[in-house]
Amino acid sequence: MAMLTIKDLNVYYGVIQAIKGISFEVNEGEVIALIGANGAGKTTILHTITGLITPKAGSIDFEGNDLVKIPAHKIVSLGMAHVPEGRRIFAELTVLENLKMGAYTRSDKKEMENTLEMIYKRFPRLKERKNQIAGTLSGGEQQMLAMGRALMSHPRIILMDEPSMGLSPLFVSEIFDIIREISESGTTVLLVEQNAKKALSIADRAYVLETGNIVLSGDAKELMNDDSVKKAYLGE
Amino acid sequence: MGSVLEQLINGLGTGSIYALIALGYTMVYGIAKMINFAHGDIIMVGAYVLYVTVTQFKLPVIAAVAITVTFCAVLGITIEKIAYKPLRKAPSLAVLITAIGMSFLLQSLALLIFNANPIAFKSIIDVQTVKLGNTTVSGVTLVTLIVTMICMITLSLFISKTKAGSAMRAVSEDKAAAQLMGINVNRTISMTFAIGSALAAVAGILFVCQYQSIKPTLGALPGIKAFVAAVLGGIGSVPGAMIGGVLLGVIESISKAYISSELTDAIVFGVLVLVLLVKPSGLLGKNRIEKV
Ligand SMILES: Nc1ncnc2c1ncn2[C@@H]1O[C@H](COP(=O)(O)OP(=O)(O)OP(=O)(O)O)[C@@H](O)[C@H]1O
Ligand SMILES: [Mg+2]
Repeated sequence: MAMLTIKDLNVYYGVIQAIKGISFEVNEGEVIALIGANGAGKTTILHTITGLITPKAGSIDFEGNDLVKIPAHKIVSLGMAHVPEGRRIFAELTVLENLKMGAYTRSDKKEMENTLEMIYKRFPRLKERKNQIAGTLSGGEQQMLAMGRALMSHPRIILMDEPSMGLSPLFVSEIFDIIREISESGTTVLLVEQNAKKALSIADRAYVLETGNIVLSGDAKELMNDDSVKKAYLGE
Repeated sequence: MGSVLEQLINGLGTGSIYALIALGYTMVYGIAKMINFAHGDIIMVGAYVLYVTVTQFKLPVIAAVAITVTFCAVLGITIEKIAYKPLRKAPSLAVLITAIGMSFLLQSLALLIFNANPIAFKSIIDVQTVKLGNTTVSGVTLVTLIVTMICMITLSLFISKTKAGSAMRAVSEDKAAAQLMGINVNRTISMTFAIGSALAAVAGILFVCQYQSIKPTLGALPGIKAFVAAVLGGIGSVPGAMIGGVLLGVIESISKAYISSELTDAIVFGVLVLVLLVKPSGLLGKNRIEKV
């Protein structure tokens, strides 16, 4: 059985239906890309998975737990972390305090210190700036902080919402390298991206979203060669 | 009339009481983005609870103080749960009116139970007046300064150094992101109301020891002054509330002694208007755009 199974998900904002009966699944160890144009509903799906939005109908099964019935703050301790769109770091807290918030549900102090060292190794910039107020970091550094913060919870699956948004090409490559590393270290990845080319290049499988519906899905390499995908998302 | 130093110390005394109350306004604003207009009345409830525990139940002072503070903390949590929590997504005007209604409710309850006649209350602070040269400081003022200092230092350390304190700051910045970290937002809001109300209880105790009289509207004046102090310091800012409160107390005391007691309130509000003209977000307030 898949690690994460979404079935017949329907989400509304007031009377407007943003997600129109979507089903998909993520298997353990996979990198899944969710691509689609602005307003397709990508962020809405991630917010619904981690409990920030309640769906009107549908189920979200994560390793036997129905996430729809679990309040948002109890989801991270199940092993699911979410790097939200726009990074949403705590701008007035220091870098270190932000990272510690990521480990909020973990009580083992020693283990927390070890994880912190691991994160610092992966993101040396964060170590250099650990006492800096997070709001003063550059956009790329903030994205690293948001990812580091999510990793502090030792997730088995990590949801990332447009991690490359607004970053320079150099930073974009760095971020995608890190995502690949995260995946190679055994964490399952559900990646939402507008940068479809990059996303498909590191994904195993992908789903293409259009105005609340999944219109296409399959092997990432095959989708990269699909004519309609090429035309609509790869700018070819 | 005492020396300038004496006026200054008295001003610090009242000001630090304002600061304790202002902390409640500012913390609740920071986390729930609302002005809790019933906050001043917690002071009044604290005063009555103290009165009942000391004079009716004849409890020792320490026990009476502990019960008063606990009672107010629980009251604060309860008010949030029943009156404000259902309105989290309501327009701010609805919340404001509810808070004003809650203030009336608390005053009316006190009126029902204790009636409108002021009750004389003998200070529970049994400390001698201290004389330093020609400056005298009353025992109540001295204790007030020490107690408020301890409260403010403890609170500052709690907010800046503990996990729960960081969680509080995280929730006041971004509730959704805080939830993604595993922080229970409802519990954090409850905790904030509890702390604010506990501080108001301490302020109430110090206040009645100073004025030695209790009535149902007792919280109104210090409440509104502390609100002004919170705005002056920058609503949402914890150090701002402390500075705003102390500043307000000192300005009041100095202008009462050297300018005119009738003009004192006008001067206080004048200072507020001036500060807000120069810095609309208050002395230490941030010019942050409200996120919805
Ligand atoms: N809070 C909201 N209230 C009302 N409508 C909303 C809200 N959030 C999103 N929507 C609408 O739901 C639809 C899906 O939005 P969503 O943010 O999920 O898209 P997205 O695929 O993440 O887009 P982008 O690539 O621009 O981030 C859009 O039409 C959007 O206008
Ligand atoms: Mg989005």
